[in-house]
Amino acid sequence: MGNAKRMSIIVTKGTLDWAYPPFILATTAAAMGLEVTMFFTFYGLALLKKDLDLEITTLGNPAMKMPIAGMQMAMPNIVSMLPGVGSAATAMMKNLIKRKGVASIEELRTLAIEADVTMIACQMTMDLFEFKREDLIEGPVLGGAATYIETATQSEINLYI
Amino acid sequence: MADQLLDAKGLNCPLPILRAKKALKDLPTGGTLEILATDPGAVKDFEAFCRTTGNELVESKAGGGVFTFLIRRTG
Repeated sequence: MGNAKRMSIIVTKGTLDWAYPPFILATTAAAMGLEVTMFFTFYGLALLKKDLDLEITTLGNPAMKMPIAGMQMAMPNIVSMLPGVGSAATAMMKNLIKRKGVASIEELRTLAIEADVTMIACQMTMDLFEFKREDLIEGPVLGGAATYIETATQSEINLYI
Repeated sequence: MADQLLDAKGLNCPLPILRAKKALKDLPTGGTLEILATDPGAVKDFEAFCRTTGNELVESKAGGGVFTFLIRRTG
């Protein structure tokens, strides 16, 4: 622990799209010399699972317009709710990610660990959703709100995503 | 000639920065790294990266859809 600036991120969302901002910011901040802590709580905790099975939903997301046949198309909710639409949208998004040279979440997570980003898994969420420690990757420590707050008081930048 | 070359063409944010950081770590102080990228966002990002980390952005140029950066490791 030197004079490096610190950043903390509360990670609350576990969908494929929302998994990006915390991991992109964490890895970049670490690359720029900051000490970074990520606190994974509620649905964000799923991002620490050994096997990531991340999905997106177009339901209730009018801002999500996908480039299809040269157009920007949003999915009407009545279509989004049909079985298979979510997995089709997920497959399309993963395809797009690969094609555009965007890193996978697995890759960013590995880079974050390699960059010594501190990861805290929320103990309460573990209990609530009945996650077992062995469901998660090696590395994250278990902690609660007080553990996060202590980090936050020592950080110049605190984000909630 | 740079001491090391990093081809980050086709990679999107934040990968060019992350790969550059990794490559810089393996260079001695004063060593130079040339980076090739196609992400237009990399132009502002490498400026910010260098300002924040203290590494020197010796050169930043564009041509033929490729952005070239030369960074000298200072720390």
